[in-house]
Amino acid sequence: MNFELTEEQQMLQDSLRRFLANEYTFEKRRKIIESGQGTDAGTWQALAEMGLLAFTFPEEYDGLGGNGIDTMLVMESFGRALVTEPYLATVVLAGGLVRDAGSDAQKQAILPAIASGEKLMALATYEHGARYSLAHINTQAKNNSGGYELNGTKTAVIHGGQASQLIVSARTSGDTRSEDGITLFLVDANASGVSITDFATHDGFRTAEINLNDVQVTADAVIGKADQGFAALEKAIDQGIAALCAEAVGAMDAMMEATLEYTQTRKQFGTPISRFQVLQHSMADMFIQAQQGRSMSILAADSADSDDRDARRESISQAKLLINQGAREVGQSGVQLHGGMGVTDEMWAAHLFKRLTMINLLFGDADHHLSKVSDALLTKMA
Amino acid sequence: MDLNYTSEQEAFRQEVRQFLQDQLPDDISERTQKRLRLTKDMIVRWQQILHKQGWGASTWPKEFGGTGWSEVEQLIFEEECALAGAPRQLDFGLRMVAPVIMKFGSQEQKGQHLPGILDGSVWWSQGYSEPGAGSDLASLRTTAEREGDHYIVNGQKTWTTLGQYGDWIFCLVRTNKEVKAQEGISFLLIDMKTPGIDVKPIIMLDGEHEINDVFFDNVKVPVENRVGEEDKGWTYAKYLLGHERTGLANVGQWKAMMRRLKEIARQEQDDGHAIIENPRFRDRLAQLDAELRALEVTVLRVLTNSSGPGPEASILKIRGTEIGQRLFELAMEATGQDALAHIPDALEPDYDGPLAGSMNATPAAGDYFNMRKLSIFGGSNEIQRNIISKLVLGL
Repeated sequence: MNFELTEEQQMLQDSLRRFLANEYTFEKRRKIIESGQGTDAGTWQALAEMGLLAFTFPEEYDGLGGNGIDTMLVMESFGRALVTEPYLATVVLAGGLVRDAGSDAQKQAILPAIASGEKLMALATYEHGARYSLAHINTQAKNNSGGYELNGTKTAVIHGGQASQLIVSARTSGDTRSEDGITLFLVDANASGVSITDFATHDGFRTAEINLNDVQVTADAVIGKADQGFAALEKAIDQGIAALCAEAVGAMDAMMEATLEYTQTRKQFGTPISRFQVLQHSMADMFIQAQQGRSMSILAADSADSDDRDARRESISQAKLLINQGAREVGQSGVQLHGGMGVTDEMWAAHLFKRLTMINLLFGDADHHLSKVSDALLTKMA
Repeated sequence: MDLNYTSEQEAFRQEVRQFLQDQLPDDISERTQKRLRLTKDMIVRWQQILHKQGWGASTWPKEFGGTGWSEVEQLIFEEECALAGAPRQLDFGLRMVAPVIMKFGSQEQKGQHLPGILDGSVWWSQGYSEPGAGSDLASLRTTAEREGDHYIVNGQKTWTTLGQYGDWIFCLVRTNKEVKAQEGISFLLIDMKTPGIDVKPIIMLDGEHEINDVFFDNVKVPVENRVGEEDKGWTYAKYLLGHERTGLANVGQWKAMMRRLKEIARQEQDDGHAIIENPRFRDRLAQLDAELRALEVTVLRVLTNSSGPGPEASILKIRGTEIGQRLFELAMEATGQDALAHIPDALEPDYDGPLAGSMNATPAAGDYFNMRKLSIFGGSNEIQRNIISKLVLGL
């Protein structure tokens, strides 16, 4: 039982934060977002050079052999600086899926290319009408002589418009909501029949709608076994949730700092507004939420690599539940305590709030995760 | 970073679990788990069993007869005790006055008082709060005037938990009215059999006699019963409150109560189904379960922090008491209208009279009422938010 970082982790965190403080400023970030590119080549290359794109890959694929705690450190730092690079999409979700479920040939082809910074990927799995249900997949994959033919529509594909290659979940058998019969495919973004509509998100990220119309892939595009992709998909999303939890913790800390600074500077009625007890208690509550969130983010990071499905799912959903609730309170209170300035585009707090809000909508909101842990109470009983 | 207990800690947990299985009497554990009243004899009996094992004081260093366990080991011990249905040990002696005597007391005081606390033969009460001095503790008015080799104590203490059983009481008294409020306070150990002490019950909203007023009318206390220096009592009191705050997270007790609540929720019926099958109820249970998990990790973070628990411990007091209160609220709601009936006799051993519903309902509303105290005592939760604002956030 210990909560200390190793010396290497501490050094990495320090250098990443230094880099972001110096190179990833508010103004620089604004320019990157306005470019509409969804990524900044210079920033992405710098992350590659720091080894962050290879952090959790095995050493034989140019990785550093890190774990969920390492991802937590990176994402928390990104959350503090509101980094909009495609790290979650490329490294955590797609890279993690290939690492955990891919063949040796797939790992050879993909992981070193991600590690070096030359390859961006995205996970295309959610569909309209499914909301957050992972098994609700209607995209069809028909077996044919050349391999498979894919048809369907994917939504909320984070950084889908920037990726050169996608991981697509599709149904090879079973009913729409069945966990059995889901297969994961590698699909080139420029393959014939793939059309991608790229959108800006409110918080400076990119998302995409992806239409698959008679897209032909070969049999070796399958990740893992046909019909049995659900477990790997669910684990990848759980790792994504743990990463988002850490990002939210970083953003909550940043909101705390911004709010403490603002309320101690801003004067009303002849005194800094931080002197008012009603504001102090609001900030104390924000602090409690941020600390509770940190505890749950550590728990999520510690569980994210586990193959004990029930235990992992419980920790991950408990974490996302409390962090969503905390992020809402910290975000809303942070804006409230900034007064009128808090609702302007000029203020850092407003941008933190927007990201915290979008994180809540990703991979399951509080209701979704509450229903997961709540229903698990019944299953455990049986 | 590693959230697993070490193999030594796991082995320790097994040892504690085995001991509890072998040594914790069934009559005591059953009553504790069902939240029925325990007799004084049961609490003393359990303390003596622990003492015989050398585990009478899990938080004390070895030199005073304690276990010398690390804080993580103490937490494991408390959790296992709670889950097994062991009664709560008496905090006032073991966790409150003893650390002060060990750190600031004289050799004579250590020799006189620590053994009786350890074997459960001497029960202590806390004489801090006064009418009019609640969270603003330093405004206390009970006086101790020096007369030769005695102090003459006059005044009133209140909220004195278990004062009706108290053999000794540790008191904060004003020895100097000329200086700032915090600077004129001394810390006295007073034998409750001394003439001039009068203990009167305060009946709480659950109808129970747990709390008392204690009146002091020209009570003679030998000067050698003062701990440390005259007028320095505030420093000792603050030291003690620091100890109280980390314990108030109560994770072990709440984990045991959560397990009990899930059991109740499977037993109590809602239109032919267990109430846990009602999604509205179950969601609230699941929410609380997650919050308790967060509290547990936060406690471990604070305990294993190499620089020791700081003012962040206020978070534990706030969250620990909020979670505790909601546990009992849900337990009451699970039993529904069966919780209406107030049958205090049913809390006593050997009751075989009628019940209004299941045994689950018997203590439910009383416990809920009783637990409202949690967010008020030990520095109210509003005071804890002041502490966070000032000492952690620097406002």
